This record gives sequence, C-alpha cells and structure tokens, in this order.
Amino acid sequence: MRYHSLTIPDPQDLVFGRAPLPLACGFGLELGAGAVFPEVNFTLPPIAITDATWPDILAQYREMTEGVLLRAQALQVPGIVLEFEHLPPMTSRPQWGAEITAILCQLLEQAHEATGLPSALRATIVDLRHERRPPQLRDGPLWETMRRSFADCARAGGHILSIESVGGKEVFDEALLRGDVRGLVLALGVLAPRDMAWLWQRIAEIAEASGAIAGGDSACGFANTAMQLAGQRLLPEVLAAVVRAMSAPRSLVAFENGAVGPSKDCAYEGPVIKAITGRTISMEGKSATCAHFSPLGNVAAAACDLWSNESVQNVRLLSGSAPQAFAESLIYDCRLMNEALRRGQERWLRDLLVDSDQYQSPQALVISPQASVAIAKAIVAAPTDYQRCIAAAQTAAGLIREAVEQGKLRLSPVETRWLGRIESGLAGLPSDEGKLLEETAAEYANLFDRASYGM
Amino acid sequence: MDLTTIKQAVIEGDDKQLANLTRRALDEGTSAETILNDALIVGMGEVGELFEQGEYFVPELLLSARAMQSAMEVLRPLLSASSYEPLGKVVMGTVQGDLHDIGKKLVAMMLEGSGFEVIDLGTDVAPERFVETVEESGAQVVGLSALLTTTLPAMEATVSALREAGPVKVKVMIGGAPVTSAFASSIGADGYAPDASSAVALARRLVGK
Repeated sequence: MRYHSLTIPDPQDLVFGRAPLPLACGFGLELGAGAVFPEVNFTLPPIAITDATWPDILAQYREMTEGVLLRAQALQVPGIVLEFEHLPPMTSRPQWGAEITAILCQLLEQAHEATGLPSALRATIVDLRHERRPPQLRDGPLWETMRRSFADCARAGGHILSIESVGGKEVFDEALLRGDVRGLVLALGVLAPRDMAWLWQRIAEIAEASGAIAGGDSACGFANTAMQLAGQRLLPEVLAAVVRAMSAPRSLVAFENGAVGPSKDCAYEGPVIKAITGRTISMEGKSATCAHFSPLGNVAAAACDLWSNESVQNVRLLSGSAPQAFAESLIYDCRLMNEALRRGQERWLRDLLVDSDQYQSPQALVISPQASVAIAKAIVAAPTDYQRCIAAAQTAAGLIREAVEQGKLRLSPVETRWLGRIESGLAGLPSDEGKLLEETAAEYANLFDRASYGM
Repeated sequence: MDLTTIKQAVIEGDDKQLANLTRRALDEGTSAETILNDALIVGMGEVGELFEQGEYFVPELLLSARAMQSAMEVLRPLLSASSYEPLGKVVMGTVQGDLHDIGKKLVAMMLEGSGFEVIDLGTDVAPERFVETVEESGAQVVGLSALLTTTLPAMEATVSALREAGPVKVKVMIGGAPVTSAFASSIGADGYAPDASSAVALARRLVGK
C-alpha cells in the first residue's frame, strides 16, 4: 500500500497521547488512546561481551529492569514500555539476544501479574549488514543472522520488533560530509526507500508468524548523525534540518510495507509519520540527555505516544541507578502530559512545548506539528520516493526561509548562505531518479551494490 | 600570474579551476615550490582559520582539500620528494565489535586534508590487524574510535597488542562518545581527542609537527 493522503490533515489534531489508530500490545497496554507512556531504554557500562562475562551481563539486565520497574510501581505509572536495544554481539549471536529478551519479558509479566502494570517490550535488532562494504543487503550470512535474531527475539517474548536500518548509509555518510544535496537525495530518496520496502516486508512476515508487532524504523543513522555533527559545529544546522525532512519518506516506507508502530524513539521524523499514517510514535528529547544533546528537547514531545530516554548506561548516581533516575524523569514528563489530556488541555501544553523551542533552531522548527503536516502533505502529493524526498526537503527549506523572512527565526550569515546553497541544490536536481543515478555515478556508484537495491 | 588567484581557488575549493591555474602559473615560469608554499599551503592555512572561526564547515574544508589534491597532481612530478612529504602516516579504525563509521571517517578526512597520509581500516577491526598494518606501513600514529561502552575493552586490547608487538614505537590516539582523557591514560594511549579538529592537533603533536 502507498499513502496518498494524511490521516491527520490538521496540525491542531497532531497531539501527544492520541493517535487515530491506537495500538494494543504487550501485557494490557494500549498506545495512542489518550495517554503517553514512558519508554525506557538502558544499556551496559564498559564491559566486554564474551562468554566469560555473559552471566554478569544477564545479571545487569535483570538488575536494570527490576530497578526501573520499582520506580514505575512507586510512582504508579499507568503503563510502561521497555526497549531492549541490542548491542552488536546480541544480534550476531541470536541466542544471546533472545536470552535477554526472555528475562525482560518474564520480569514485565511478573510485574503485570503482581500489580496489574500494563507493559510491553520492544526488541531492537542491530542492522549487521553494513559490516561489509559495500553492504550486501538482501542475502548472505549477515542478513540470515539478523533474520534469525528477529525471529528468536519475537519467540522469546519481544512484543514489538524494531530496527535502525542503514540501507543507503554508505552513500549518505559521504554525501553528508561533502554537504552534497545530490548525494543526499541519492541516499535517502533512491537507495534507502528500496531497502526499507524489502526489509520491512520481511520483518512484517516474521512478526506475523510469531504474533509480534512490526514496530517501526528510524533514520537515526542519517538525520541524527547530521544533528550531532551540526551540534559540534561541523555541519550547518539548516542542512541537518533539511536532512531530517528528507529522511521522513524513507521511514514512511516501513509503514507502507507492514509496520504498524510505534515508530522508534530516535526517529524525530515521527510526527510526519503520525500525520500520514495515524499510527503511534515514540519520541525522545529533554529526558534523553543521558544519551545525547539536541536543540529540540521540548518540541519533540508535541505529538508523542511514547516518551523515551534513548539510552542510559547502568551506572550508579546519587539517587540510584541511572536507568532508574531517567525512568523517573520520563514518568514525570508523562504525568504532566497525561494530566493535560485528562483536563482537555493537551493542545495548550503541546503549544507551550512547541513554542518554547521552534524558533530557537531550524531543526526544532521542522518537527513542529505545523511543519510536520506541511512536510507530510508534500510527501503524499509526490508520486515517487525520489520525488517525495525532494518535496520534503523543499518544504522544509521553504519553512525555514519563511520563518527567517518573518523575523521569527534568526540564522547566522553562514547558515543563511548554506540555506541558499541547499535551495539551489534542490532546484537543480533532475526530474527522475535514473538521471540522478547517472549524474552521480562518478562520485558514488562504487560505494553501493546495485543488486542490493534491486537494480 | 598573481598567486593570490591560486590561493583564492584553494579557499573556494574550486578543484577544476585550481588545476588549470596551477598549470598556467607553471607555464608562466613560477616554480612548483613557490606555488606550493606561497599559494596552496597559505590557502589551506586560511581555510583552517575560517573553519576555526565557524565560517566554514566540514564540507568546505573537504572541498578545499580536494582542490589542493588536484593542484598537487600537477605539481608532484616537478617537486623534490622532500617538498611534499606528508606530515606523518596514521592508521585509523573503529575497534573490534563496533560498527560505527562516520566519526572515524571524519577524523580520517580531516587528517588527510591537513597533510597526513591515512590508512583507514574501516570498522570492527581486530587488534592484530592494527598491529600488522602498523608493521607493514611504518605508520607513526594509530587512531582508534569507539562509540559503544561495550567496545571500550576492545580499545584497551588494541593498545596492549600494539605495545606488545615489539620495536615499533607507534603513538596511539583515541576518541569516541564514551571515551575520556582518564580512560586514555588508564589504557596507556598517548592521547585523547574529543572531536575531529582536536584529533588533527593531537596527531600533529604526536608526530612533533
């Protein structure tokens, strides 16, 4: 299926905690039905993952989960999602990933039985395919291992299957460092959507066979890389903002090939996905500073159904363990949003979250509900993935330009120069992707394997 | 010909124009050494300053480095070997078990742009591969990258392998999100760089330039 219209055409209706298509999952949890829930993700401190350390690793995952559930119960959270995001060896050895999945699922089930706490477990598998350069995406031992890992985690109790897939990243990284709009469109508008369609059809099949939910993907390796480099002043912010919009059509493809949400927390393109599909989304912002900084900590919450901390190491803080501390932050963030929902004041709170951020940074501007719906409309009006990517980019650049001209958003002269450069780059793109492939062959053709993209 | 034009082409990262301008300057009798020292190197120095001042980002830096390479291809046959020796040779890689690439790639590109020769081993690189490559290439510096907390032990194992390998006194610099200066000291690395620009400065210091 392919989306040609928006499920949420009015930005006023794009709000946290409510999705036109709520999702029941896990142990009695319903997402998008009038409440926002915390999604807690935790990871290991420095430790080698080996046979010798494996018992300690299992003990740490058990300890982190028990600690988080204690805070959840103490603060009477109405529901919770845990994300078990694999480290590479946990996907490379599928039995390892499945073993941890089973432990987390068992602890959630026990808490549900003991206290009635609704919950779900998301299992996020590592995209191993880019171990090889150029990546071999559609067959070979790396894909076979990933497929087994998805299936084993689903069988072990993972309720929601997700991935941060990286098809197209081999070209994207090069194009991003060059600031080359043509290369970025090649990666995000031509290559990535082809891989997403292929990959998500298979993830959806695995999910269906095991009774799990095909969640969603994230353009983390693309747009968040740009955001982090912009945060270090290595790339212009306007480029990162436009890349964010360009990544949305690629993530949408998952939902056109079997994904039903919730989308991944680090997918800041989530509001665009929600506007188009009506599906639930997870987001992260101010309470994910344990993992990374960002210029969009409040606005990111505007349309979320799950609110996440991205990732936190299992280290000791004055209060308790870091996973417990960040779980508590998320729980209070969610309490505030849920109280606003209870009073019917969710739009008022949503607008505060948006207005406090959106003109501080072009990256915040392009994920506001207003901008997300504008970008979403441009995407569904375009006939091909290639044209969707260009339309999303042009809309984002136009929104930034308009905010600057209205005096709402201030850009430095060097950022303004880059905005012009991006606009010119987009205007100069050929009308079809075949021509783009030809024009960029000298620079990028050696970086990717055409067969991996069905070419 | 006014060498300012060549310098300007470096600053603007105009590789096609720069190769032509370099040929023209040679035809007009300017020596290869003069073009290199008074135009290309001066131009790259200004590019570095613009980057430090926040006027340039990485893409401009890379364009200028690429333009400089196009001019060097014209000049190289005319220069004595000592005129264009790299600042040093660096082996770069993301340590075993870690697939993150772009941070390491960025450091590699910026090192090259600053005049180092770089051998990029990619990601998920085993300690013994670093050792072999250093022994084969005679590199003076190894740059190790890691993004995952769980691959920091692999960084330590790589430093140990390099130290145990024998006579080559290679310098090791490390970086990545979970890495700290204290961690670098604790595993016997020679330096830690928090970002790509610092990595270039550190590499210069490690090779004494």
